[in-house]
Amino acid sequence: METGVPLAAYLGLGLFMFVVGVVGVIIRRNPIVIFMCIELMLNSVNLTFLAFAKYGPATANADPYQHAMAGQMAVIFVMAVAAAEVAVGLGIIMMIFRSRNTIDVDEVNLLRG
Amino acid sequence: MFDVASWHPALQALLRVLLFVLPLLLVVPGLIWWERRLLSWMQDRIGPNRVATITLKSGRKIKLFGLLQPIADGVKLFFKEDITPSAIDRLIYFVAPAVALFPAFALGGTLPWSGNTLLTPIADVNVGILYVMAISSLGVYGIVLAGYASNNKYSLMGGLRATAQLISYELAMGMSIAAIVLASGSLKMTQMVATQQGDLLGVVPFLNNWFIFTPFGFVAAVVFAICVIAETNRAPFDLPEAENELIAGYHTEYSSMKFAVFFMGEYAAMLVFAGVFSTVFLGGYDMFIDPLEGFAGTTLGGLAAFMFKTVASFTCFIWLRASLPRLRYDQLMSLGWRTLLPVAVANFIVVALWILITSKYGVWQGWIAYIGAFGLLFAVYSAVRGLSKNRVDNALAPRSISLVDGTRSVNVADPQAEGVGS
Amino acid sequence: MPVQATPDLMIFGVLAGLAAMTAVGVVAFRNAVRSALCLVLNFFSLAFLYFTLQAELLGMTQIIVYTGAIMVLFLFVIMLLNLGSLQVLDERPDLIKKGLGFLFGGALFGLTATQVVQPFLQTSQQFAPEGFGSPQAVGRTLFTSYVWPFEIASILLLIGIVGSILLAKRRI
Repeated sequence: METGVPLAAYLGLGLFMFVVGVVGVIIRRNPIVIFMCIELMLNSVNLTFLAFAKYGPATANADPYQHAMAGQMAVIFVMAVAAAEVAVGLGIIMMIFRSRNTIDVDEVNLLRG
Repeated sequence: MFDVASWHPALQALLRVLLFVLPLLLVVPGLIWWERRLLSWMQDRIGPNRVATITLKSGRKIKLFGLLQPIADGVKLFFKEDITPSAIDRLIYFVAPAVALFPAFALGGTLPWSGNTLLTPIADVNVGILYVMAISSLGVYGIVLAGYASNNKYSLMGGLRATAQLISYELAMGMSIAAIVLASGSLKMTQMVATQQGDLLGVVPFLNNWFIFTPFGFVAAVVFAICVIAETNRAPFDLPEAENELIAGYHTEYSSMKFAVFFMGEYAAMLVFAGVFSTVFLGGYDMFIDPLEGFAGTTLGGLAAFMFKTVASFTCFIWLRASLPRLRYDQLMSLGWRTLLPVAVANFIVVALWILITSKYGVWQGWIAYIGAFGLLFAVYSAVRGLSKNRVDNALAPRSISLVDGTRSVNVADPQAEGVGS
Repeated sequence: MPVQATPDLMIFGVLAGLAAMTAVGVVAFRNAVRSALCLVLNFFSLAFLYFTLQAELLGMTQIIVYTGAIMVLFLFVIMLLNLGSLQVLDERPDLIKKGLGFLFGGALFGLTATQVVQPFLQTSQQFAPEGFGSPQAVGRTLFTSYVWPFEIASILLLIGIVGSILLAKRRI
């Protein structure tokens, strides 16, 4: 099937979102925003998975159905892991705030030697 | 007649959207009138009955029972001064009412109001009920943003409460719907309606197979109805806008038309949720009996049946509002997590077992397994409850609160004994 | 290869533009609530991008899981922290960090674009069969070929629940 949208368009969007997430993780100091940037990266990977699932295998001898399904399964598991990660991560942020009264990542340096 | 089938698909879609949204907009004022009148009857007062009374020259009065009251209210709200507080987050403050209105109207995207597949639903996708769940989970944003942007601690508290409440009740709602999805074998709304046509469970000839008549469907319907009330922030779950503790919660700082938008969104969401309830549990546009020969199958007949069921469900929600006092916050959480979610999950397991045994061994074995599983789950539940009696039951027990100065504590259930209120 | 302006491409353009802008907004806004709102819009437009890829079940799951649950949790925590003091989430600018971040981000983008994305520039043929994203197809695959990963994911979620309760509760 041909829809006029090249695969590279989806890949480019995914790459752009991933890079924005990486930059955000580096330059922001607020752990909640850093966390959101990580979610952004996970989602860009999800988009890439689904794009590859839809556009099919690069090699001709792979089964398109299994290929498409593998992409979707990866997305489902990423979502499950992200949900667990958010629950625990936000709990950790709340704990840090409760015990130190700040959540600036540059201030949380107890482990520094 | 219009030949809709030959139109361009985009025009057909537009027609379907208009046929859903415009009547919804028109029905909402009527619903507000209906709620106010009904509430006043239930509370032994008269209610709004003055607007739209026409006095003729001869002295005769034509009474329309205050039917135009919502329009008068709307005009009043429209011309009131629109106060914008100064220390607010302006962008979010102005966007929040729109965000609150969006899910209410988008919710009905897969809701069929009649058997005519050309006119309804807007999109008969094969993830129909999931769409309803997804859009209803967006309903929290309007409230949270309004509460945050108002820069008012009561509004913020209302927003926080709404967040926790909606997340908690979303789960039980999803699980109760999952049982119905298992029983009907499809996520499509039209397929759900089709499953509910025919005799009850295939054996009872005088009742339709509406899910509310089946045991598992009844449990799911009760859970779903409670969750719907919690999702739309209606009494007895209207903690986000509790006027005696949070002034008016998230819309304290909103006046004039922006408040009206919140108000309208709430009622539209109520109506569409009532429509979802009647589609999933009450057979949707399927008519119970066919009074006129062949009327039930027509578009108008389906619409009449659907509207009757929807308004009946809506009336039940109003009835609940008139009957029940508002819950305390911990009672709300305890009800959602300790009662509704386990019940919905147990119901889901029982339905799955029933379907498995029925498909493997036969109908009667399926029913035996059904009753056995229900009994087993109840036994496990009461055993757990008995083992942890002092920990589970304290949600509804009277509690003592300590006063602000921390000098003494007061028993809430018996305030007179400690001299509070004097 | 000339790219034709089909309706699909226009829809993709609108959604991709929205997703890209909101992604930038997540990083650029100083106010954490606005960042979170941008992320909500981003996830919402991603759900529609999933629909354009005919993965309708995953698009719905995206809205339910991400915009309906995860982002609401984020907003909840942001507001809960805001309750204490209003200045707690303000940030000071750090030029060295910013410079390094943009440098590294640009390098990553350039490298990946030339090395990974470039071979796929010519691909626009979709091989996946019709209805591969329907609930039936996904469910069947999930409960046959992928049943063990599915169970492990459920255990992971259980651990997540227990862990977050342990973290959040002061007194068990």
